[in-house]
Amino acid sequence: MEKQLRIALAGNPNSGKTTLFNKLTGSNQFVGNWPGVTVEKKEGRLIVDKNVILTDLPGIYSLSPYTLEEVVARNYLIEEKPDAILNIVDATNLERNLYLTTQLTELGIPVVIALNMMDLVRKAGDSINVKELSKQLGCRIVEISALKGDGVQDAAKAAIEAARNGKTIPQHSFSGPVEHALAHIEEVTVHNLPEEQQRWYAIKIFERDEKVLKQLKVPEDVRAHIEQDIQAAEKELDDDAESIITNERYVYISQMLKGIYKKKGKGELSISDKIDKIVTNRVLALPIFVAVMFLVYALSMGKSIADGGISIGTFLTDWTNDVIGGAVLTDGSRALLESWGVAPWLVGLISDGILAGVGAVLGFVPQMLVLFLMLCLLEDCGYMARIAFIMDRIFRRFGLSGKSFIPMLVGTGCGIPGVMASRTIENERDRRMTIMTTTFMPCGAKMPIVGLIAGALFGGSTWVATSAYFIGIAAIVISGIMLKKTKMFAGDPAPFVMELPPYHVPAWGNVLRGTWERGWSFIKRAGTVIVVSSIVIWFLTSFGSVNGKFGMVDELYEDKSLVTDEYVTTVADRMHIPEDEVEPMDDSLLARIAQPASIVFKPLGFGDWKPTAATVTGLVAKEEVVANFGIMYAYDDKDGEEELEENGNQIWNRVAEDFNTISGGHGRLAAYAFMIFNLLCAPCFAAIGAIKREMNSAKWTWFAIGYQCCFAWVIAFIVWQLGCAFAGAVNAVGLVFALAALALLLWQLFKPYKEAQRLTVQ
Amino acid sequence: MKTLRDTKVGETVKVVKLHGEGAVKRRIMDMGITRGVEIYVRKLAPLGDPVEVTVRGYELSLRKADAEMIEVE
Repeated sequence: MEKQLRIALAGNPNSGKTTLFNKLTGSNQFVGNWPGVTVEKKEGRLIVDKNVILTDLPGIYSLSPYTLEEVVARNYLIEEKPDAILNIVDATNLERNLYLTTQLTELGIPVVIALNMMDLVRKAGDSINVKELSKQLGCRIVEISALKGDGVQDAAKAAIEAARNGKTIPQHSFSGPVEHALAHIEEVTVHNLPEEQQRWYAIKIFERDEKVLKQLKVPEDVRAHIEQDIQAAEKELDDDAESIITNERYVYISQMLKGIYKKKGKGELSISDKIDKIVTNRVLALPIFVAVMFLVYALSMGKSIADGGISIGTFLTDWTNDVIGGAVLTDGSRALLESWGVAPWLVGLISDGILAGVGAVLGFVPQMLVLFLMLCLLEDCGYMARIAFIMDRIFRRFGLSGKSFIPMLVGTGCGIPGVMASRTIENERDRRMTIMTTTFMPCGAKMPIVGLIAGALFGGSTWVATSAYFIGIAAIVISGIMLKKTKMFAGDPAPFVMELPPYHVPAWGNVLRGTWERGWSFIKRAGTVIVVSSIVIWFLTSFGSVNGKFGMVDELYEDKSLVTDEYVTTVADRMHIPEDEVEPMDDSLLARIAQPASIVFKPLGFGDWKPTAATVTGLVAKEEVVANFGIMYAYDDKDGEEELEENGNQIWNRVAEDFNTISGGHGRLAAYAFMIFNLLCAPCFAAIGAIKREMNSAKWTWFAIGYQCCFAWVIAFIVWQLGCAFAGAVNAVGLVFALAALALLLWQLFKPYKEAQRLTVQ
Repeated sequence: MKTLRDTKVGETVKVVKLHGEGAVKRRIMDMGITRGVEIYVRKLAPLGDPVEVTVRGYELSLRKADAEMIEVE
């Protein structure tokens, strides 16, 4: 068999790289991550030759050692040494695109240039002498239109040919002093490296590239020797070495293009310029932004079209939930399994545990797909970059990015797509911060909790719900300011230097593919997590030991020889409930665990097993919190009573009474603390799964979850303790700690902070 | 010393020197803002920061804090 060739696809962001990759590989793609980092790695087999693997490098402007994407790309090129590089170059933006090309041609790997968007250059009345450009750069150039598909397969064939027997020798040289220093460096440090890579390494050493110096382990005395040459060049050219190289590359490119690029166009405003004049206009930008965001939200997660809204997503989700989720999956499977005579516990596991969980995920899928479709559209047409441009001023104060707005907005519907939407944030630090704080926004599933508390203890007052949103926003702002000063986030500020690409009509192929990729990733990750966690929770609530016998509690309670009057009394005592309210669930594993665990919530005012158990089940899905209160307060819809409402209004009295008892008469405060904790603590398992996926690091996932839980606990603690003090029920120890916690928070919030000037990547 | 930060919207200026060091400087230079290049200041974001400029034929946005590092004439 012929040797398998590997070609790397490299190019600037917004140069049409994704479109070209899709055209070249069709459906033959595999998506993964570059080892150890969150940067997505895509590979595929070429359509023209299945034996050739095309690796899509991250979109980059340069091969500097500073951003994650650039480091990933250059490590791959240097260490894996692909057989050729296919460099896509945007002809409408030649100077900056060729800057990367001058670096790629130094690597000792054959380079073929796919010159994209030549049709647009001609349309504007300009011309490029491609033949001359090819000669000057020393590599073959194929004109393509990635969007229309013209020439793309020819470019692939040219790259294959170059991979077999091509050679690219960099044609550009630097000024005298630099070349002099480079010659010295080559002589003393890199002569034992592969010949074709020597020049690249020499230039990097000249630039004092930390990563290369470390990798080559250049001895101190040699470094000192080289340093003299570098400093001589720096002195002569009055700049630092790194800047000299960058400068000379650009000078070289603009000199070269003088004879090659003929601009005949009058420089009239393009359509994109005209759109931009309106869209980022000082007066209109914000209203337009609000309108676009409203539309995204309303279409995906707003009011269903069945209820007079415009949301297709909600409509489809409701439909899926009603038809597939409830009836077919849960009830249907139960009936079917029972008719087969399957053991009751297995029916419970499959129907109530697994399928109910799967149904919950399935129900969300339509909303997700509509949402992802819109996000992909925004990204592809160029508006996403403008969102960052418009919102940057506000968000960067909290260590976030202008693009963090979208995850937060989406998070008010559901945290999972919210977290996933953070993927469009290029800067890793901003992205991590966004992932950590997005789920503070009260999602749709948390609203029933708010409804329950507002209804049960605050007479249905609307300010409770309003305050939930304020708490969410405040949590994001406070966390952002506090976290950006911590060690975890210190040291790598991002320069906000961002290209604003021209607007264009979205490429539907890209948009649909991107939507599906994200949707599928949601189904896969959230699906697995939710299935496993539903099984666990199902087990914990269904099993337990009754009077010394372990089994399914529902079944055991039917055995009157076990559930004696005496036994009921002990259970009632243990759970602090009247005897006639003893339920099978009181003997479940969950109740047994929640009882001692409730001590954690004692300082928050709601240290009883019921709120504790509800909080724990909230990890599976926040809707479960209210449903669980229903079960625990013995609301039974089986005996002809109507089904428990979403906000649990039938159990309001019992909840209010219970919170009052637990908290010694401060039921409102305790309930509010309970609500705060549930709003801010770790999200449901599916969202945790999304956090893990986007962080792509166990350490960061645990840090995020740990932080959220601690933050929620501390805030609820402060509210409860200070609230009690104001109400005249001072708990001296608690109050001291609460004030200390508050002081610490304020100190972290207001302590001076200086943005670091250097950016580092581990 | 005049910097890009002080440049008014609608003005075209020529870069004299880049101050600062490390990643931020390299990033700005990688994007094509180097000595001698012409920069046209296109607009300010609605909230006053960042700025949008045209350099080497494309649109770039950068924060005023970073624009301060770019000395112009």
